[in-house]
Amino acid sequence: MQTDSIIQFEKVNKWYGDDFHVLRDIDLSVRVGERIVICGPSGSGKSTLIRCVNRLEEHQTGRIVVDGIELRDDLKAIEQVRRRVGMVFQQFNLFPHLSVLDNLTLAPIWVSKMSKPEAQERAMQQLQRVRIAEQAHKYPLQLSGGQQQRVAIARALCLTPRIMLFDEPTSALDPEMINEVLDVMTELAQQGITMLCVTHEMGFAKAVADRVVFMDQGQIVEQNSPARFFEQPENERTRAFLANIIGH
Amino acid sequence: MSAFLPLPARPAPVRNRGALPWMRRNLFGNWPSRVVTALALVFVAWLLPQAVSWGLWHAVFERSTDACQAARGSGACWGVVAEKYRIILWGRYPFEQHWRAELASVVLLGLVVASCMRRFWNRWLLLGWAVGLSIFFGLMGGGVLGLVAVPSDQWGGLPLTLMLSTLSVAGAFPLAVLVALGRRSNLPLVRSLCVVYIELIRGVPLISVLFMASFLFPLLLPVGATPDVLVRVLAGITLFSAAYLAEIVRGGLQALPRGQLEAAASLGLGYWRTQGLVVLPQALATVVPGIMGSFISLFKDTSLVTIVSLYELTGALGLALNGDADWRPFKIEAYLFIAAIYFCFCFSMSRYSLWVERQLAQSKAR
Amino acid sequence: MATPPKRKWSWRSGAGRALVYQALLVVVLLGLLAYLASNTVRNMQARGIQSGFGFLADAAGFDISESLISFESIDPYWKAFLVGLLNTLRVAAIGIVLTTVLGTLLGVGRFASNALVRGACYAYVELFRNVPVLLQLLMWYLLLVEYLPAPQEPIHLLGDWVFLSKGGLAFPVPQWSPHWAWSVPVPSGFLMEGGATVTPEFLAVLLGLSLYTAAFVAEVVRSGIASVSRGQADAAASLGLSPAQTMRLVTLPQALRVIVPPLTNQYLNLTKNSSLAVAIGYPDVVSIANTALNQTGRAVECIAIIMLVYLSTSLSTSALMNAYNRRVAIAER
Repeated sequence: MQTDSIIQFEKVNKWYGDDFHVLRDIDLSVRVGERIVICGPSGSGKSTLIRCVNRLEEHQTGRIVVDGIELRDDLKAIEQVRRRVGMVFQQFNLFPHLSVLDNLTLAPIWVSKMSKPEAQERAMQQLQRVRIAEQAHKYPLQLSGGQQQRVAIARALCLTPRIMLFDEPTSALDPEMINEVLDVMTELAQQGITMLCVTHEMGFAKAVADRVVFMDQGQIVEQNSPARFFEQPENERTRAFLANIIGH
Repeated sequence: MSAFLPLPARPAPVRNRGALPWMRRNLFGNWPSRVVTALALVFVAWLLPQAVSWGLWHAVFERSTDACQAARGSGACWGVVAEKYRIILWGRYPFEQHWRAELASVVLLGLVVASCMRRFWNRWLLLGWAVGLSIFFGLMGGGVLGLVAVPSDQWGGLPLTLMLSTLSVAGAFPLAVLVALGRRSNLPLVRSLCVVYIELIRGVPLISVLFMASFLFPLLLPVGATPDVLVRVLAGITLFSAAYLAEIVRGGLQALPRGQLEAAASLGLGYWRTQGLVVLPQALATVVPGIMGSFISLFKDTSLVTIVSLYELTGALGLALNGDADWRPFKIEAYLFIAAIYFCFCFSMSRYSLWVERQLAQSKAR
Repeated sequence: MATPPKRKWSWRSGAGRALVYQALLVVVLLGLLAYLASNTVRNMQARGIQSGFGFLADAAGFDISESLISFESIDPYWKAFLVGLLNTLRVAAIGIVLTTVLGTLLGVGRFASNALVRGACYAYVELFRNVPVLLQLLMWYLLLVEYLPAPQEPIHLLGDWVFLSKGGLAFPVPQWSPHWAWSVPVPSGFLMEGGATVTPEFLAVLLGLSLYTAAFVAEVVRSGIASVSRGQADAAASLGLSPAQTMRLVTLPQALRVIVPPLTNQYLNLTKNSSLAVAIGYPDVVSIANTALNQTGRAVECIAIIMLVYLSTSLSTSALMNAYNRRVAIAER
């Protein structure tokens, strides 16, 4: 095991039910501060992979170690992992009955046991970081899609995570709003946070990623630096995939 | 990186499906769950032998009051069912003519079941209903084909329950569609009338509507006209269920996309053609589950006609036992008997309704 | 700014035809009403029935078995109706509280991790939903009247503070005549000395209504919770909230907005179903009206009073619910 790796997958396998082998012998090691983009056709297991990192999905065989804590059935360990890992979803999943500010302060108050003024101050800082502080007292459904996703990013950042997971963050957005979210993610990347991002935005991958991982049918087919991945893919399958998506 | 060798899929090492993993997850998943399972098992171990002993081992099945009295407290008296089931099921209908009531019930029940099956949904169904209903009334009322005439206030029990539910839904349905369309109409007078009717009926209990039907309808008709109590009650229940059905149909009408009306208008269809050919077929298909729910409620609500002296299933029980001092102590077993009858009917209807919902969902999924 | 030109009136336009149809409708309706009214008047004359609400001031001439206010048979009819109304409200209010508590537990229980709990909740709902409420009321009444002991030897509950017998449920009430103290019931022969008693009829109606409506409330709560999308629970979990916190802070507040309208409907159903008390002998407003109707023959007036009582309850509850809905609506664009 590499000593400076913050996420470690060792021969991880996952099945849905008894028959659907969704993750097959996954070996992946993520260093501190590394930015990884995971791509691949739908059904390849990419979302399942990152959802295993914060135990939204359970793996059956193999080991997953996150920031020194091994993910098992131990509830305490899972709690600790979730405090260090933040996640942003494709469907934003903001809480519609709470204002933007309340969305951000919910976890710090109830999980980290912060006081309300302290939580609100931290929330406003994160809102400023994603440049949406003026919407603090609005409700999620009053905002546009791009604004909601930026609020979702700020909500995850309020717990000062060491790792950020992004599950197709721009797939549900209008084309015009994709850039405002990608800009925020690029800034985050430049500030040194470890990122695992499942996305189809290859421009973002080229600009920001340290490593691109290509998955198909539950396996990691190829992983490389963006330069080598896009210019000189080593695998027939990778080549076919790239031809399809870059051709648009 | 070398050439990529894809791995074939393997079966899971630990079975996720199967009885044992299911029990581990659902009965012993965490500490509170284990405690609950343990307590439940203790409770069942205490209760089940007693229930089986009361209901089966020590129960009395013969029609003898002495045996029942002797077993009082330790065994159920199912003899009361054996003794009284004919009065409970057929009410005050003359004893020798019970076969007519049985046949009539089977005919009506068959009609209802046939209407529920997809392959019978065509014009012949309406004809079938017309024929079936004539057979039903012919059998029950008599006076034709050499059958002895039986006045309608002697009809009771199961045929009465079936008849009231099916006829009132059948009669309420066209009225409900008209009222639902009226409530969405552009004519303010029509709309207000429909709203007043719906809110008035939905705001009051069925009992008051039955009282109204029972006491007021005779006053509204010309002097000397004394309508049958059955007709009055049927009219009351029909008016009542029409208001609730109208709201359900209205929900279906509202769910229809605006574009349908616009397409019909652009094709030059007038109001009634649009409703008949485009709107209603789609709206009604959407609310079939709601209509089924209405029918189930109506079936249960027919028990209320006991209060206006029509002896359907619940009332017939009172008829059978209130006057009979020997069998009266065993009323609870008789109650369980008719509760079981109602449960069977209503549970099957709600299962059917769920099946219909699933069928409709399938046709909508791409 | 130019204003659009005035449109010429045409009888063939949509508005013109609407006017014609409605005018025809008014004529038909008035004709029908006149016909029915004349029939009614003639029928009432023929049967010697008098009309008018004046009878409400006459002495009732019957006793009422339980009442929140004092009532003698010489009291006027309107007071009898008042007693009935209070009895209806009493059983409805307590019934609503009980049914909400039980129904919510059952609805939430459908999502428990233990399959036995889930199964038990499902079984309760199916069992109590598919048997008519009148039958359930009659069965509870029979059980209470048959299997409770005689008033002379009641069941002791909560030490010696509460007693259960064929005479009803006796419990202590605060009394303030000498000074603040509890008036505790003491069994003595047929009646209890002190305390307050509710009759077996009241208990039967309360139990029957609450248990029956709880099955429907459970379904309403269950579908409300199910309507909250799974993504919400995922987001809450990824933030580190425990399942209990997720339910309390994220799921239930959103579920409530879906639950409240049909829940109010169930409350109204419970109130309307309390009218079945007439079958058991609990003196609710329908029961009293039925007695008055039979004694005075004033069918129209008595039925009108029943309908008025229930209509005002329904309409005011609907208005309250609409106001609540507007207040808690999730703010959208």
